[in-house]
Amino acid sequence: MSAQQPQAKRSWAAPLKVIGRSVAVPLLAVITALLIGALLIVITDTTVITAFGESVGQGFKRAWEVISVAYGAFFFGAFGDLYHFTETLRIATPYIFAGLAVAVGFQGGLFNVGAEGQYFIGGLTCVYVGYSITGLPWFIHLPLALLAGAAGGAIWAGIVGLLKAKTGAHEVINTIMMNYIAYRLAEFMLDVGGPMARPGYRPVSPEIQPSAYLPQFFPSQPTIRFNVGFFIALAAAALIWWLLFKTTLGYEIRTVGQNPRAARYAGISVPRTIFITMALSGALAGLAAPMDILGVIHFMPNAFAAGYGFDAIALALLGNSHPAGVVVASLLFGALRAGASNMQGVAKIPIDITSILQGLIIVFIAAPAIIRALYRLRTPEEGEGLITTRGWGQV
Amino acid sequence: MPPVLELKGITKHFPGVLANDHIDLTLNEGEVLALLGENGAGKSTLMNVLYGLYAPDEGEIWVRGKKVEIHSPNDAIALGIGMVHQHFMLVPVLTVTENVMLGMESIKNGIFLDRESAAKRVREISERYHLELNPDDLVGNLPVGLQQRVEIIKLLYRKADILIFDEPTAVLTPQEVEGFFEMVRTLIAQGKSVIFISHKLKEVLALSNQIAVLRRGQLVGMADPHQTDERHLASLMVGREVILTVPKEPAQPQEVVLAVEGLKVMGDRGEMAVKGIGFDIRAGEIVGVAGVQGNGQTELVEALTGLRRVVDGVITVVGANVTHATPRLITETGTAHIPEDRQRDGLVLGYPIADNLILNTYYLPPVAKGLALQEPAIRERAERLVKEYDVRTPSIFTHVGNLSGGNQQKVIVARELSRDVKLVIASQPTRGLDVGSIEYIHSQLVQKRDQGAGVLLVSAELDEVLSLADRVIVMFDGRIMGIVPIATATKEEIGLLMAGVHALAQEAAG
Repeated sequence: MSAQQPQAKRSWAAPLKVIGRSVAVPLLAVITALLIGALLIVITDTTVITAFGESVGQGFKRAWEVISVAYGAFFFGAFGDLYHFTETLRIATPYIFAGLAVAVGFQGGLFNVGAEGQYFIGGLTCVYVGYSITGLPWFIHLPLALLAGAAGGAIWAGIVGLLKAKTGAHEVINTIMMNYIAYRLAEFMLDVGGPMARPGYRPVSPEIQPSAYLPQFFPSQPTIRFNVGFFIALAAAALIWWLLFKTTLGYEIRTVGQNPRAARYAGISVPRTIFITMALSGALAGLAAPMDILGVIHFMPNAFAAGYGFDAIALALLGNSHPAGVVVASLLFGALRAGASNMQGVAKIPIDITSILQGLIIVFIAAPAIIRALYRLRTPEEGEGLITTRGWGQV
Repeated sequence: MPPVLELKGITKHFPGVLANDHIDLTLNEGEVLALLGENGAGKSTLMNVLYGLYAPDEGEIWVRGKKVEIHSPNDAIALGIGMVHQHFMLVPVLTVTENVMLGMESIKNGIFLDRESAAKRVREISERYHLELNPDDLVGNLPVGLQQRVEIIKLLYRKADILIFDEPTAVLTPQEVEGFFEMVRTLIAQGKSVIFISHKLKEVLALSNQIAVLRRGQLVGMADPHQTDERHLASLMVGREVILTVPKEPAQPQEVVLAVEGLKVMGDRGEMAVKGIGFDIRAGEIVGVAGVQGNGQTELVEALTGLRRVVDGVITVVGANVTHATPRLITETGTAHIPEDRQRDGLVLGYPIADNLILNTYYLPPVAKGLALQEPAIRERAERLVKEYDVRTPSIFTHVGNLSGGNQQKVIVARELSRDVKLVIASQPTRGLDVGSIEYIHSQLVQKRDQGAGVLLVSAELDEVLSLADRVIVMFDGRIMGIVPIATATKEEIGLLMAGVHALAQEAAG
């Protein structure tokens, strides 16, 4: 007399429902953020205020004009033509790697706040391999430089993983501290006269060899900086998905992330898994740097692009720590950044509005109750959530 | 005189479930009404309606002949209805008095807490009902049985005279259960009325004046404890005949599968929790470990399964020395482990059933080939085990966190007993489960014994140990007080051994 109901399959229907639920909140978060952004653009625009002074109708008319110009420029900047669209993809590329890094950490119950530092170290190692080795064919030099970036990040995060595994020291504190060490190390290496600085008066590394360049797709149009890196990032996302959900290692990582006590009971070595998770996370963060260095600028400046570390956390949250989600979130951030610089150029809207939009999106994602209440969405079932971090010293 | 409490036609729907279906109940003054039912039968829903936590869809509540509306626990308290929850709502770092005052603090001179007068009332109540509580003790230092009394004093302090106890004995030792019964009798003698929620038949029969049996949201019968018995109640509760005693042949002990010598294990607070014990388990027998919770059983099991470091001594499983082996090595040697806390140790609640069923075999063929998990093999195994072990679930991809306790435990039992093992270590395997699940898990353990495995059964339920085990080890304070063959064991003897009375231990062992 057992319950002989038709066995539901792990078929297309079930995941679609889950995807539907997990997409609804981020999508509505973006729309809500854009609405609030529009409001901000309007109230900071003096011409609108003046127009309202004339009449309410004039005010609304002017407000509509300002918003449509701003967001028109914004969407053109993100998707308008080949150049702008490829810029979106190019900006998204390192985001994908950085977001994957934090997502892998979350899956393993670790909060990697140090993607920024791992990115710096990955930059140093990859640029060093890029400029110092000469005479190699590209199909050896390029993979070598990529590998160097991954190794740099893996070592940097691996140290934190080892500390956590051996002593229970919390990874949040240690990744933050390792960030500072990484910044200063990069400064020391690249400052004028430093061990990795080029001769002269600029605090930057030497140019890398062309054999380490990530190949461009439009070599005849040098303004289009779109390169193979984007597809490497997509491949990495697919690989991470496979690793997390289809392999024994991924099972170990996720089990330790969800319930370390059950993992121990199951015979999984929790410290070993913590170390592997952290090193893998670091390798991905380290790989973000070659996307910029080997793909775009071809050297490493002392004042390297900052902000990946924190954006990466946002990307992982936005993407629900799922590789596909991270890719989508990265494309969104790429579009926001590309759109914002065009909006600044054309509509004279300060680029800071993008930071506000990003901030709002993240607030809404992190506090989904706001969006659910706003749009009357159903609260999700239990057990679908992901533990993002735990307390001190729990190994 | 009207009854002190009447429920008339209480109905409560939840999405997809009719939790309470037109339930009528009457509680007379000075009586104990037992509410008996399996987990999920609707007992808690009914009491939460009464306590103002849920609004009923239909039905009326009458208190002392007057129709009342209860919208919150405050309304309930004002009507003299108080509830002691299964999980206590106490602040461990506060004293008894402070806990009792919490929420209705008496104030003196405008801003200062008036602890003295509150303590005085707590003392008066304690004396009047023989609760034996010191108002100035820190609640965190009290044993569970006394903490429960703090909850009761909280209600009496608020002048409640209808007291609801939700599974009050689940957390108590056998001795504390006796104390609890006495206390309830004192309360009744002084004119209080009690609703006692339980799924333990013996306790219900011993304590109550009337028994109401719920099944799937319906009131399926009322019984007079003097004119009914466990069999009848169990069949009312489950809806079919239930076998209460486990049918089993005498054991046929074979070779030793677990040998423990001079085992010493440290507890969490650095104290010696297991103080040098030794015993054997043979293939084809069930050895029960009886003892009041916290006398080293948990640490013993953790040491045997590789989850806790062994300080001294030797553990041998099927001839292999596994004293300092990893959990994986011990598992691979042929040990199954049903852990004490299934949700914390035995399951990943966020995983589907299928993924939980491979928890300790995920790296072995056919589940994995090299690095790659084999989805079809995982699926096939899950379909088979769910059917074989009667896990009630809509799908093998249902998250384990959404299953009932009984079905969660069946997932663990399926995973552990479906492997080819020589030793089964089962720790509190039926804690908190309903009669049907308990019956099933017991039969599985006996079956595993008859297939030639040795079983170590650790349980806080003395009845469970006595009905399943072939030999009983009694632990007290980290030591073995005696190893008693079941043929000569009596509940009284074992109860005394559990309390650490040694003189009888020697007689019983000799």
